[in-house]
This record gives sequence, structure tokens and C-alpha cells, in this order.
Amino acid sequence: MNLPLKKWTGKINTVKIGRTAEEGGSRDRTITIGGSNCLPMHNFEGEIPHRPVIALEVTDEYPNDWHPAVIESYPEIMDDASKWANHISQEYNVDLICLNMRSAEKRGMNESVEFVKEFLRNVPLPIILKGPGESDFQDDFLAKCAEAASGEGLLLANAAEDHYKTIAAAAIAYGHSIIAETPIDVNLAKQLNILLNDMKVPPDRIVIDPLTGGLGYGLEYTYSVMERIRISALKGDVYMQMPFINFIGDESWKVKEVKIEEPLWGKIKWRGVYWEVSNAVSLLLSGSEIVVLRHPDSVKLVRRAIDDLITKTEAV
Amino acid sequence: MALTGLQIYKLLPKTNCKECGYPTCLAFAMKLAAQKEELSKCPDASEEVKAALGAASAPPIKLVTIGTGEDKIAVGEETVLFRHDKTFFHHPAIGEILPDTMGEGELIKRVNYLKSLDFERAGEMLKVNIIALENKSGDVETFARAVKTVSKIWNRPIALIPHSSAALDLAMKETAGNKPLIIAGSGSSEISAFARTAKEYSCPLMVCGDGTLEGTLKAVDEAKKAGAEDIIINPASDTLSNFLTHQTVIRRAALDRLDPRTAYPTGVILRGDDLPLLAPAAICKYPAVILMENPPDELYISLMTLRQNIYTDPQKPLQVEGLVYPIGEPDENSPLIVTTNFSLTYFMVSSEIDSSGVTAHLAIIEAEGMSVLTAWSAGKFTAEIIANSLKEMKIAELVKHRKIIIPGYVASLQGELEEEMPGWEILVGPQEASDIGDYFKQVW
Ligand code: B12
Ligand code: SF4
Repeated sequence: MNLPLKKWTGKINTVKIGRTAEEGGSRDRTITIGGSNCLPMHNFEGEIPHRPVIALEVTDEYPNDWHPAVIESYPEIMDDASKWANHISQEYNVDLICLNMRSAEKRGMNESVEFVKEFLRNVPLPIILKGPGESDFQDDFLAKCAEAASGEGLLLANAAEDHYKTIAAAAIAYGHSIIAETPIDVNLAKQLNILLNDMKVPPDRIVIDPLTGGLGYGLEYTYSVMERIRISALKGDVYMQMPFINFIGDESWKVKEVKIEEPLWGKIKWRGVYWEVSNAVSLLLSGSEIVVLRHPDSVKLVRRAIDDLITKTEAV
Repeated sequence: MALTGLQIYKLLPKTNCKECGYPTCLAFAMKLAAQKEELSKCPDASEEVKAALGAASAPPIKLVTIGTGEDKIAVGEETVLFRHDKTFFHHPAIGEILPDTMGEGELIKRVNYLKSLDFERAGEMLKVNIIALENKSGDVETFARAVKTVSKIWNRPIALIPHSSAALDLAMKETAGNKPLIIAGSGSSEISAFARTAKEYSCPLMVCGDGTLEGTLKAVDEAKKAGAEDIIINPASDTLSNFLTHQTVIRRAALDRLDPRTAYPTGVILRGDDLPLLAPAAICKYPAVILMENPPDELYISLMTLRQNIYTDPQKPLQVEGLVYPIGEPDENSPLIVTTNFSLTYFMVSSEIDSSGVTAHLAIIEAEGMSVLTAWSAGKFTAEIIANSLKEMKIAELVKHRKIIIPGYVASLQGELEEEMPGWEILVGPQEASDIGDYFKQVW
């Protein structure tokens, strides 16, 4: 049989996160994502120069509301984000850390910016910096952090329809990349990228967050929106050629099917891990380049999936 | 792929006799290509053109059924590579492989466990669809005994993984009438012999390849030659990356009608440590039958939910009708709760009310099948819409009290809704349905 292989004209942008000392930052490595010219993981018909990467999330304050099964997987260090992040980088094979500054507004601007500076001094990995949520406060906060961490090549979360100007300007000025988030919609994703382009954000500094509907709670929408965006990108639409990031942890550990006591369904911890893994595997197959996870055991499994998927197949 | 007018023309008699009602054979061929005419109108059409047109109109992937009765499995007849292009039609069957070396007691226990996993989610019954018995013992009698034991208590489809044709023949005596899925080519089994048995009993046959595409298609050929008609192709890929390659290539080849050996649904048998990674991939990228050896119990709920998600019709979310639903046996003093008509929302809210032991009236507002916040941001769940719907539902006659509970996520609607509905008090419930029980204890 003649193999029905598909060639595309378009290619996904590469985005580099983190800068080492030689490059003007202080990270211990840089992470590059994107660059493929084929459907997700289709390395039997195209090139995937950079593998998808994994991040684990740490919070700026003890995450009281996280599921006990996640909290139990760590020693008692979760009230110290730096220690926690370093523990992760020593124990688990993650590529980056997502620092979730969800309590930034409560803590106040100056103190929060200091917090981030301190974190960057303590933690050598490339960083995704997540603000407390779309607001004017978040815009200012991310801009101030961008300045304080000039040259570190952070990935800032997030720019959105009504909140992109301040962040975009700061990212350009201080050498960072940004996450462009839109609510599960092909056209809105494109539109935000056009706006960012109008502001002269280089295309290789943008990552699309298509918004992750959790498994059982809208995953199918995210899955299909990502497939559609990726196909447009490969057909040559330059406003769609950004790599994807998916925040999977929160969406997985809050669902009822994971949380309720139900002996038939087995241990809650493993239910949660498989929930995260199923979410991650399906989104890797629809194009994810960065998966942000929550449970260390999910990292091990998803790492194996990526290692395997990235290996060139010879069985055709 | 459909034939073009020119391709059809070449196969017609080219006499322009006009019997078909068209001035020329070419004109008729064009109509045939556009599927506006029937070939039977040409009295002189050859067998060759009949066969060519027949093959071109058959579905690109054959429909294959496994089992009988209401739980029978129908798979195949898929038409797209991406669910957003249309939809994936037939849910893949999920099943577990049980070795015949399990004692009878253990077998019965496991089968009953798998049955107990039935679970209603967003209006759909999620279940394990099939049990595969594997002839691990190598012994003919032991296999037949295990098949008999399971057939007695499991009235859904079964699959057989016999070690030899002798084992298959004996097992078929126990279960042939149930149209089991026969699995050939795994281990030492011989494909042609199994295919003949499948043909004899009109059973579907899963053909396991050798881990390569060419080897797999050869095996399919062998099975076809021996008479098998309802085939499920299992390329026996050994890694996730091979799996994705095989499944993609076979699906594309089938949809493009590149090779008749690919015109069947695919299947996978998953074993070993990577099972939790392969299983979700199998739900997304295309197998119609997914059989697992020793899956962790914790995996089932996520897999069945993922299947429900991926196989939902992308054009219309699951919805329920806009009505007042009784939860338990509510009366005129029972609480009145409002939410949207998205199936998932309805089922989460109703099941939480139910399990909290409260009885209530649940008023479902038509909101194009959207969740609470989605509907609210899309302007489909506004104070005005809610007020009008509730009036149409005649809630004033339904309850004596004058209180309405709205979802916590749309607390901002409280003021407007009170204006729209004079005389009614609007209470804001908790955000998550799981807190409804506690909420009732405090306020009702
Ligand atoms: C999947 C999804 C979609 C899907 C639609 C899914 C559907 N059928 O509704 C799609 C992709 C189509 C979509 C579209 C949009 N979406 Co949307 N979507 C989601 C997502 C990811 C999940 C929603 C979901 O299914 N939830 C599950 C259901 C069961 O939740 P629920 O209905 O709220 O019910 C729960 C509770 O409310 C409670 N409950 C329900 N009823 C009641 C009643 C009472 C009395 C009580 C006590 C409790 C209770 O019980 C349930 C379980 O706890 C959310 C983000 C998220 N993670 O939540 C965004 C989200 C809801 N979407 C959002 C937006 C903005 C949109 C769009 C407007 C985007 C756009 N501009 O196009 C469109 C609108 C639709 C349109 N114009 O056609 C925003 C809303 C922002 C806001 N705070 O208002 C969200 C929150 C995402 C975000 N953070 O930006 N979306
Ligand atoms: S009836 Fe057949 S042979 Fe005669 S014109 Fe029509 S297509 Fe040609």
C-alpha cells in the first residue's frame, strides 16, 4: 500500500523559555517548544524538533484548597514556594515550574514582586509566572515582575482580550514571552494573536492557552478547538502558528468523579492521577506543547507518554 | 472515493442509445457521478460498472456488530478523521481480558465487579461493554469451562482469545449463538482456521497483526480469503508512537478507499505498564474495540468519561428539555431551584439534590444546552429569560412559598431577577452543586 502521508506548508513557531547566564538570564537551562510541521505527534510524516514539555505547579501560599491526595504527595514544604519548587526539580523530571501567584493581590503589589524576585534567586528552572487572574492588578503585577526579572525569559500568564496591552509591552521591553488566553474559541484565539501582532509582539514569544475544559467538563471543546487551530496553522495561517499550553491540574482535581468516596472506582489518588493523565494524553494528541500538571505521579506517566510519542516509528 | 463522471463513462457501453433517457452515455455518467440517477436505467450496463459503482457507494469503513440483544456492540461506519468535521458515530467498546486460569469464583467476582461499574452520567449509561476470555492455560477444556461460566452471568458481548482452533471449536459450543468476537493471530493461533470458524458461525473476527502495517494487512488478507467478513483490524502496535501511526494510516487509507484491506474498524489489546497511557490515546485515535489486560480499577471512570466526551456530537451538546422536574416527590412547600438545560449541569444538580435526601422542584431554563456560566456570558440565562420561563412554567401554582434558588455562579442576577419577579425572594445557592445538601440544611 502507498502510505497516505500528509505534508503541510505551515509550521509551528518555536518559543524559547528561560535564559541562561550566557544569554543574559540566570536559569540553569532554556526550554524550546514548537517547531513541528505535522499534526500533533505525527512524526511518521513530519518533523517534531522539540518535544512537548511538562511543568508542575507551585503556589505562593499554602494551597489549602488543593486535594489532600496532591498535598500528601509532597513533604511539608508547600508553605515555601522556593523549597517546594526545588524539591520538584530534584525529585521529578519536569522541564519548568509554574509559579501560581494566586494570592498576589491579597499580599499587595510590592511584597508580591519581591516574592517573585526571591523565588527567581532560589529556583534555577525556567518559569511560567501566573498572576492572580484577569484584572488591572494582574496586568500591573506581571509588568512589574517582567521588569524586575528582565532578561530571564519568563512565560507570563496571561494576556486576554481586554487585558493584553500592558503585558505585551512589558514582555517586549524585558524579553519575556506571553500566554494568550481565550475561552475555547478558534476565532477569539486568532483575534487576540492579531492584536498582539499589531503591538509588535514577535510571534515566537506567544503561546496559546485555548482554555482547558477538564475531562468530563468540556474537554471535548478544548480538544476540537486545538485540532482546528493546529490544522489552520499547518495550512499556513500565521496567526494560529503558536504552540499551546494547557493547565490541566486544577481542572482534574476538582471534579466530582475524582473527589467522591466510591470504593468501586478505587483509590482517590489514582483516580485523580489517571484523570490528569487522560486529560494530558488527549491534549498532547490534539497539539499541546506545555502541559501543566499537579500530581508528581502524573508527571512520571505523562513523561513516559511523551518519550514514547516522540520516538520515530519504524513500524510502517 | 466516489468515481468521477469520466471514470464512469469509460465503463458504460458508449452507444448513446438513449434508453436511459439521456442523449449520451456521457450525460448519464455525469448524473450518476452526482448521484442523481440510478444505474439500473441503463439496460446494457456491464457487471463491471455495477461492481465499481456499488463499491464506491459502500461506507468506507464496514459496520461490524458483536454480540446480540440490547447490549450488542455496533462499530465502524465512521466517516471522518477529526470529530469537528462531523462527529464520531459509534462509541468504542471498552472491555477487560480475563485469563481462563482464574478460578471460577474469582472469575465470577470480576465479572460482577465489571457489571457494577454501570454508571449514569449526563443522561447516558456508561458501561464496560465486553469481556474477553483468554486461553492462557492452553488447555481446551479449561477454556470452554471459563467461557461457560462467564456466559452464564454476563449477558453482554464476549470475545474469545483461544490458543488453538480446538479450543475455539469447543468454546463455540458454549457461546456461538451469542455472536462472540473471535480473536485470531495473537499468540500461536492460526488466522485462516479461525476465519473459517468465524464464517461458519457468522461471527466477527479480530485479526491481530505482527506490529507492522504490512504484516497486519497481510493477515487481514488471509482472513478475508478464508471467508471472514466482519473484521476488526488490530495492528498489535507495541508503542504509543507506533499505535498512533498505524491507527492514523489505516483510518486515512479507509476513508480515501486506498486499500480494501483497511475498510474495517480497528481494535487494540492493551497490556503492561503503559496501559494507562495507551488507553486514553485509544479513545481519541480511533480503535472501535479496546481490550485491556489487568487495567487498574481507577482507570475505568476516566476512560468512560473520556469516551463520552470525544464521542459527543460537536454540533449539539447533550441537552434536556426545559421543564420543571420533580426530584423525589416534591410538594407545594418544597424548594424551587433554577438552572440551565445543559445535560451535564442538569444531571449534576439533580443527582446532588437527590443524594442530599431533599425533595425539590428543579426548573430547567432553555439555554441552548450551555452550562450556567457559559449561558450567562452568552446572554442565554438572563434575568428576563429566567423570569419569562418561570412564568410559563406556572411556578406560582406549583409552590406556596415565594422563594427561588439560583446557582451561586450567577449571584449577580439576584437583584435584576427580584425586579423582574415582584413578590418573589431570590436566594443565591452555593457555587458547586456538591454543596447543595449543606445549603438546604442551613436555609430550608
Ligand atoms: C466548556 C465551556 C464552553 C463550551 C460550552 C459548553 C456548554 N455546553 O456549556 C463552549 C466552548 C461552547 C463555550 C463557549 C463560551 N464560553 Co465557556 N466555558 C466552558 C468551560 C470550560 C466549562 C463549562 C462547563 O461545562 N461546566 C460544567 C457545568 C456542569 O457547570 P455549571 O453549569 O456551572 O454547573 C455547576 C454549578 O454551577 C452548579 N450549579 C448549576 N446549577 C445550579 C443551581 C443551583 C441552585 C446551585 C446551588 C448550583 C448549581 O452545579 C454544577 C456543578 O457544580 C468553562 C470554564 C470552566 N472550567 O468552568 C468556560 C466558561 C464558562 N466560558 C466562558 C465564556 C466567556 C464563554 C464564551 C462567552 C466565550 C466567547 N466569547 O465565545 C462562549 C459563550 C457561548 C456562545 N457565545 O455561544 C467563561 C465565563 C466567564 C464568566 N465568569 O462569566 C468561562 C468561565 C471560561 C473563562 N474562565 O473565561 N464555553
Ligand atoms: S442507456 Fe446506457 S448505453 Fe444507452 S445511452 Fe444511456 S448509458 Fe449509454
